[in-house]
Amino acid sequence: MNIENLTTIQQSVKETLDIRAGIAAGHKRNVLICGGTGCTSSGSVKIHDAMQKALEERGISDEVKVIQTGCFGLCANGPIMIVYPEGTFYTHVSVDDVDEIVNEHLVGGKEVERLLHKEKTASGNVEPTSLSESQFYKKQHRVALRNCGFIDPENIDEYIGRDGYRAIAKVLNEMEPQQVIDEMKKSGLRGRGGGGFPTGLKWQFAADQPKGKKYVVCNADEGDPGAFMDRSILEGDPHAIIEAMEIAGYAVGADEGYIYVRAEYPIAVHRLQVAIKQAHEKGLLGNNILGTDFNFDITLRLGAGAFVCGEETALLTSIEGHRGEPRPRPPFPAVKGLFGKPTMNNNVETYANVAQIILNGADWYASMGTEKSKGTKVFALGGKITNTGLVEVPMGTTLREIIEEIGGGVPNGKKFKAAQTGGPSGGCIPAELIDTPIDYDNLTAIGCMMGSGGLIVMDEDNCMVDIAKFYLEFTVDESCGKCTPCRVGIVRLLETLEKITDGRGELEDLDKLEELCNYIKSGSLCGLGQTAPNPVLSTLRFFRDEYVAHVVDKKCPAHVCKNLMQYIIDDNKCVGCKMCSKGCPADAIHVNDGAVVKEGKKLPYLVIDQSKCVKCGACIATCKFKAIYKS
Amino acid sequence: MKKKLTSVTFNDSAEKREKLLAVIEEYKGKEGNLLPVLQKAQEIYGYLPPEVQKTVALGLEVPEAEVFGVASFYAQFKLNPDGDIAIAVCLGTACYVKGSGQLADKVTEIVGLHPGETTSDGKYSFEATRCIGACGLAPVMTVNGDVYGRLTPADVAGIIRKYQ
Ligand SMILES: Cc1cc2nc3c(=O)[nH]c(=O)nc-3n(C[C@H](O)[C@H](O)[C@H](O)COP(=O)(O)O)c2cc1C
Ligand code: SF4
Ligand code: SF4
Ligand code: FES
Repeated sequence: MNIENLTTIQQSVKETLDIRAGIAAGHKRNVLICGGTGCTSSGSVKIHDAMQKALEERGISDEVKVIQTGCFGLCANGPIMIVYPEGTFYTHVSVDDVDEIVNEHLVGGKEVERLLHKEKTASGNVEPTSLSESQFYKKQHRVALRNCGFIDPENIDEYIGRDGYRAIAKVLNEMEPQQVIDEMKKSGLRGRGGGGFPTGLKWQFAADQPKGKKYVVCNADEGDPGAFMDRSILEGDPHAIIEAMEIAGYAVGADEGYIYVRAEYPIAVHRLQVAIKQAHEKGLLGNNILGTDFNFDITLRLGAGAFVCGEETALLTSIEGHRGEPRPRPPFPAVKGLFGKPTMNNNVETYANVAQIILNGADWYASMGTEKSKGTKVFALGGKITNTGLVEVPMGTTLREIIEEIGGGVPNGKKFKAAQTGGPSGGCIPAELIDTPIDYDNLTAIGCMMGSGGLIVMDEDNCMVDIAKFYLEFTVDESCGKCTPCRVGIVRLLETLEKITDGRGELEDLDKLEELCNYIKSGSLCGLGQTAPNPVLSTLRFFRDEYVAHVVDKKCPAHVCKNLMQYIIDDNKCVGCKMCSKGCPADAIHVNDGAVVKEGKKLPYLVIDQSKCVKCGACIATCKFKAIYKS
Repeated sequence: MKKKLTSVTFNDSAEKREKLLAVIEEYKGKEGNLLPVLQKAQEIYGYLPPEVQKTVALGLEVPEAEVFGVASFYAQFKLNPDGDIAIAVCLGTACYVKGSGQLADKVTEIVGLHPGETTSDGKYSFEATRCIGACGLAPVMTVNGDVYGRLTPADVAGIIRKYQ
């Protein structure tokens, strides 16, 4: 394999990629179906297979190419299908729709109107929109996700068709290792795994170690529950990670790489395995890459589901086969890492930017973003938001743009309350700070952190004390137990939060919480313990009134904490149908003895015996007359 | 996640045992082998009962305590077998803020299990998972791997009934 071969492959896939880019028109079509985890859970693989079969039956499988891609981003509307060159954007597709799409559209040439994605336009009409023109896409800027939802991740030729492996070719033929590192430094890229450490500097440290065995590691452990940026990149564009690790290996002087990926990500694992195999076969991985004397190989290691293993020293211990407990630093991994050798570790999304920086130049990359946070950031939008999914925006985009414009706002007419970033290590951005431009430093300044990109939206129905408790339950589960401030301290924090949500809290508990938080932050060995108190501190800072309502008024304003709320039947709305009492598991709903008079008639109505009610909420869901409310 | 020891009796078969011994042979002496071996062992048996842990310890010549230490540390390793009806509720953040905690309560109410438990007859098991990647469908639960999304507590009983 050499550069001419790359060009030949690129030529061979040009037509099909041009059709997808809308550059080439013709009778040939490309049908792209999302094969990411989200759409797979709602049946996209079956759709793909049914489509392939239907095309074969009609003898048109040569004219229509069906491709299973990575995530398009708009997971909330999956399964998603796009037909090129028209760019027809179908959402919520099911297996039963396949015949109609084939007959009407692929054979008949007429789009299936009812499956088109529709959006409210500026004029107020609801009209079909293409993917690229949708609100969801317009403000996005795709660098790390540029190939996700565009190429077939299991076909290396398509990656090459998108200038794949051109960056490693450039590096090997035209650049010295130090020039590569300088380019990374100049780009301003910072680690996307949460810490935000300058990537170029990290590479420099590893390169500065004496020559000899060194390792390059990719952290694909993605521990934040509810975040899926890294998974989507691996599923949609695995070769980009392989190529970037090669570039890093060349720059720091390593010939071996490890990818530590969660075993819970079977699709990502499979695509990585396929990609590694294909790269080997093409001479793009292994010995004498692209005909040079550069050797580099990659081993996959499956993580076994422990949040602390995302911490880099714990991750290295885990690759070595032990319980993933962190090690004290120094020595830093750059000096003494995997199997005692100098090791350079980056996050998946960090790597996903590398080849683009090499090809387009550091200045191009540094032209995006804010003064100290360059480039773009991928967020996994979730929770109380219309467009749950994956978005990539330039650093400095405001939270309002992400939530209201790209995310389509909070559904069901509810009010936006807060957004959580940084997962169990992060904090909340309250509604009054919705205009904050998102970058590393702005988030740190308000006691939040960028984290790896999980962005969970909460509305007025979410209780902030309950959310803090949720994260603490998570970190208590996940603490490795090596050091006392974390092992014991966060259990105490959780107990105090439980006391508050149970209605046994006192005002002085709030000060105690703060004191304990600060002690845990300063006394813990690794980042897990050092950041575990953040969700408590941040909710205390911005939502202290909610804590006070729990401890002083013994009320949960969002009606979430069971001991601090009641289900009540409104006797003005209850028609006495008894549907609720039939479904009540605790037999807590009875017909009221004293009948009331309504419109001259005596009507029975129902009451809830609060001493029996287990607060399951079943009644509220069954009542057709919306007569039951929480108080 | 806190792990509960199993009360289900272990059923070995010559075929499974042979596979396990072959895996041990393949990895013996390699750096960092304990995790991959346990992962393969779980693929073979579906979980890691004490008997399997012991075989791995003997085979790789590591203390049993270390094997148990690793098996209990990582969420992926199951000390309890999946039930015939294996129920899981996602307690990832995206699902939790949309009420998956209530789904979990409902499952407990219906099958009488807390997360991490299997009934001793092996019929039901209940697990709390962290983000299965279907956040767009939140809140979600799975039964024997089938994903159900956009649920309310009222949907739970009907879904479980389909498998009975
Ligand atoms: C408790 C904890 C969990 C972490 N989880 C992850 C993770 O899931 N993925 C990740 O890339 N980095 C994670 N990190 C950060 C890593 O330690 C490390 O900083 C990062 O992988 C470095 O890569 P980067 O410089 O490219 O960001 C975690 C850190 C801590 C303290
Ligand atoms: S801070 Fe917590 S997770 Fe980190 S080493 Fe200490 S006990 Fe383990
Ligand atoms: S919340 Fe549940 S237990 Fe309470 S009255 Fe309603 S149905 Fe009965
Ligand atoms: S948080 Fe439940 S599927 Fe992601």
